[in-house]
Amino acid sequence: MKTLELHLAVSLLQARYAQAIDDDRLEDWPGFFTEDCFYSITSHENHVRGLAAGIVWCDNQGMLKDRVSGLREANIYERHRYRHVLSMPATVQPEGDRVRAQTPFAVYRITRNRPSELFVTGCYHDEYRITGEDDLKIARRVVVCDSSVFDTLLAIPL
Amino acid sequence: MNDVATPAAPGRTWPDEGLTRIPYWVYTDEALRRQEQQRLYQGETWNYLCLEADLAQTGDYVSTFVGETPVVAVRAEDGELYAFENRCAHRGALIALENAGRTDQFTCVYHAWSYDLQGTLKGVAFEQGVAGKGGMPPGFDKPAHSPRKLRVATTCGLVFGSFSDDVPDLEDYIGEAVLGRIRRILGKGEIEVLGRFTQKLPNNWKLYFENVKDSYHASLLHLFLTTFDVNRLTQKGGLIVSEDGGNHVSYSMVIPDERHGSEYRDQGIRSENQDYTLHDTSFLQGTDEIGDGITLQILSVFPGFVLGQVWNSFVVRQVLPKGVDETELHWTYFGFREDTPEQRTARLKQLNLVGPAGLVSMEDGCVGGFVQRGIATAEDERAVVQMGGDATSSSDTRATEASVRGFWKAYRRHMGL
Repeated sequence: MKTLELHLAVSLLQARYAQAIDDDRLEDWPGFFTEDCFYSITSHENHVRGLAAGIVWCDNQGMLKDRVSGLREANIYERHRYRHVLSMPATVQPEGDRVRAQTPFAVYRITRNRPSELFVTGCYHDEYRITGEDDLKIARRVVVCDSSVFDTLLAIPL
Repeated sequence: MNDVATPAAPGRTWPDEGLTRIPYWVYTDEALRRQEQQRLYQGETWNYLCLEADLAQTGDYVSTFVGETPVVAVRAEDGELYAFENRCAHRGALIALENAGRTDQFTCVYHAWSYDLQGTLKGVAFEQGVAGKGGMPPGFDKPAHSPRKLRVATTCGLVFGSFSDDVPDLEDYIGEAVLGRIRRILGKGEIEVLGRFTQKLPNNWKLYFENVKDSYHASLLHLFLTTFDVNRLTQKGGLIVSEDGGNHVSYSMVIPDERHGSEYRDQGIRSENQDYTLHDTSFLQGTDEIGDGITLQILSVFPGFVLGQVWNSFVVRQVLPKGVDETELHWTYFGFREDTPEQRTARLKQLNLVGPAGLVSMEDGCVGGFVQRGIATAEDERAVVQMGGDATSSSDTRATEASVRGFWKAYRRHMGL
């Protein structure tokens, strides 16, 4: 039963996370993470080879907030939004106050005057911290994209 | 040499104003694109292939491109580097199917023709036929049917290839002034690759390569640079353009506590926003590890190599055409084997500034596409490239388009345009 509850908790968090990004509530995005979180976006090939760099590489929540303010106030890109389609979290493994899980995803990109297009597929490699009775925060999220090729630019986080 | 009897772009003429006007057909003309493959990429140019670190051991290989031509670079048993066209001499299939690997020979999967590490054809399956029947005619000269081989040269751990026997030696081709700025970074130690990413750009390759050389746009388009003093045209810095125009270096230095001039504010330029502050400033606290105060250096070698430094982050970019309106940018993020854990972390953090999701460089991924779409029906119109006059020379200001004009000077010479 414990496992099922954790599964459900991870699934619900993933759903809320994706909804926040897809609804352009990016200011809510850093709040899904612990303050000392790690978040990076890399590719399957880099991940398998053990190469450390990411196209995004943040080792605290402040850097996530800066990504958002960068997008809001500094960066220039053509207006677009995402639609996350999430699969079921797999291999949910509790370890003390930690839970590890992997959740495959597809992200479609909707740019003005263009049809929806498949932008990235990949898998979230996550470690959550149990912070309350029903509450999880992401302590570590490595977004492993299936391809190393990114079209035009990646502005909005995955 | 260029076949000057055949025009590079039939029916097109360059504007009379010379290098201060760029006709838009150069970004859209299919015939010109095919000529570029012959005259630039297979002509008298050196093309970046990979890092020497990628080819450390015997049999290590990388499959990459020179222009749109697939090539393999490999370290052979004699310890030397070789490169050859990734195209089987038999039916033209790719010989190497992985991006990188280690092997003792190459065998085409289609009919099992095999090649040694120098790219020489060694084996033809069933060459003698079966039971005395079939097979290749006697006297078939295998080595003479090898794929085309490139000249290979290295400098500072970078591997370049050329299809031309007439191209000058690599270091002469790059030129001492630009080469010195390559040594400045790569002389630091043994390269350690931190990651590789590819960015697909919706525009002609020349729009991206011009962007790299365009020291004028950097602090105007990229708000991140300006606001956080990574790069302002009013900072101390300069521009080096090679004699032939093709290679360049743009650099600047942050002077701590430098008082901001009012140049940006006076002109109402969007990219200055003094209210913008960061939650985490640690990733912008670079160290002057080279010891010359230069915090930003962008360097290019014609026609497709870029070496970038933003503070303590280092990248190599390989610019590859993929059709008239598509380009691939291959990013290699690197540090050095000698790096301390703290230095490594600083590099990984500062790499947020560059790449396909770079806080600084993401704009460069879309702006070429804005031009490509903007010029859709403007083949007979032209761009104005007149900042700093019409010179292609080095200067102590970056408020100039000298290195963009330098690019066109080299391009026109190679293309016979």
